[in-house]
Amino acid sequence: MNSITLAAVHRHTARDAVLPGLRLALGFTLVWLGLIVVVPLTGLVAKAAQLNAAGIAGVFGDPRTLAAFRLSFGGAAAAALIDVPLGLLLAWALTRYRFPGHRLVDALIDLPFALPTAVAGIALTTLYVDDGWIGGLLAPLGIHLAFTPAGVVVALTFVGLPFIVRTVQPVLADLDRDAEEVALTLGAQPLDILRRVLVPPITPALLTGVALAFARGVGEYGSVIFIAGNRPAVSEIVPLLIVARLEQFDYPAAAVLGTGMLLLSLLMLLALNALQRGAGSERRPAHAA
Amino acid sequence: MQPERSIGEGRLARAALIGAAVLVAGVMLLLPLLVVFVEAVAKGLPYLKDALTDPDAQAAIRLTLLVAAIVVPLNTVFGLAAAWCVSHYRFTGRRLLVTLIELPFSVSPVISGLIYVLMFGLQGWLGPWLAAHDIKIVFAIPGIVLATLFVTLPFVARQVTPLMHAQGMEQEEAALTLGAGGWQVFFRVSLPKVRWALLYGVLLCNARAMGEFGAVSVVSGHIRGLTNTMPLHIEILYNEYNLAAAFGMASLLAFMAIATIGVRMALEWRHRRSLQLGTEAVWVQSL
Repeated sequence: MNSITLAAVHRHTARDAVLPGLRLALGFTLVWLGLIVVVPLTGLVAKAAQLNAAGIAGVFGDPRTLAAFRLSFGGAAAAALIDVPLGLLLAWALTRYRFPGHRLVDALIDLPFALPTAVAGIALTTLYVDDGWIGGLLAPLGIHLAFTPAGVVVALTFVGLPFIVRTVQPVLADLDRDAEEVALTLGAQPLDILRRVLVPPITPALLTGVALAFARGVGEYGSVIFIAGNRPAVSEIVPLLIVARLEQFDYPAAAVLGTGMLLLSLLMLLALNALQRGAGSERRPAHAA
Repeated sequence: MQPERSIGEGRLARAALIGAAVLVAGVMLLLPLLVVFVEAVAKGLPYLKDALTDPDAQAAIRLTLLVAAIVVPLNTVFGLAAAWCVSHYRFTGRRLLVTLIELPFSVSPVISGLIYVLMFGLQGWLGPWLAAHDIKIVFAIPGIVLATLFVTLPFVARQVTPLMHAQGMEQEEAALTLGAGGWQVFFRVSLPKVRWALLYGVLLCNARAMGEFGAVSVVSGHIRGLTNTMPLHIEILYNEYNLAAAFGMASLLAFMAIATIGVRMALEWRHRRSLQLGTEAVWVQSL
């Protein structure tokens, strides 16, 4: 009885002494977001809407536009897929093994996040040109990556790698290793364990990582333009096409292209949130069980 | 011989997997970093010194530092305010607010610059009015600041919010009950609780502010000595085939990136998991 009253009193005071500052913090947040994000983005969409349907169709019907969208989305998808095995390997080695250079490798994973894109762009280009450290090894084999559409994939693979590693790593570290041991004791083959015990819990995180790497790759600019070659309709990404339209003072076309990309990235963001909510609700009961 | 406790623990498998991982990290991540420093000193240290003390290079460094000095404090205040309301209160539209805070991360850098050109450029919504009053925003420093504010907006909020949310507000409520004022609670209780996440968020915000290329490239107009930031100056030097100078400037930004990662490693080493430093993985999940 006594403790119930105390609890009730405590709850009461807790509710009364609600933290101050909501109005100030929320007010500032909304004004700042409005000025920096919402109004300028609305201006973009409004500018695109000034063009009539025929004008918009003209922009998207242009073969150069179509080629750019194919390269941006195709290149980002290819890079994200290449990053899957590489990222899984790195995440696995970092969580399961201790080896000399472990901390260096772990630190290097964050490099694509921290290194400015223009620096990454010129560094990758210098590595992959025909007389570069890596390009020099590939050129005798007839493989030329720099200044081709494949160069876009090279740059986006670099940019996307940490997304895979950093989303999978915590899940691998939290994984209950008893299940693996039990499966081994019961005579399961390593490949079966991989498929039945390891893959299911990692999959949601891996999908999130792939989606993040893909989303980042679609909009990427600085690390790509140096290595891509930038030939219209061949190795030109959408962001570069937008820049080209701006330089021709074709603001409406730039606005239409920008709005198209913006809508696509909004869709991806929504899909990602849904994916994460799904993954979150999936993981919790598994933990409880 | 130890029996295998879980897969990948055989001596051969172990060695092969570690070797492959080190090789991937070396080729994909270490080489791009190394090549920056090797190319920077390719023509010798005196040449590097001349390249970095060139007036245009000096102007670019000054402008980058100026932009970061304006942008980082503003977005730090914003990040703390946003984290405060998103993590301590429930209200309708909270999820939408979180999505909006995060939006700049999913927008292409080029679009982040484009929106300000369409707003303040000569053909933009406010262009004629600005021209009539002789105010220059795009192709001038204010445009660079605005574009940088946009791209760095989420960093502090993203680092601080999950931690603030996880820690709850019992200590704050206790302080309030004991008679502390609102600001006193914020500076004495709330801020110290999140100080390491805040520091890392500020560093990430700074790294992006100094390194941003796409957004700034669209709004800058590339006027040498006036509106060229360090990344833009790197592009110009590189396109002029002045590789040693381009990589010299790039090595300064690479040092900044290494320092940012170094602080992260040091913080994680000291605080292990309690810190919950996010990378760029989405943090909506933790709310």
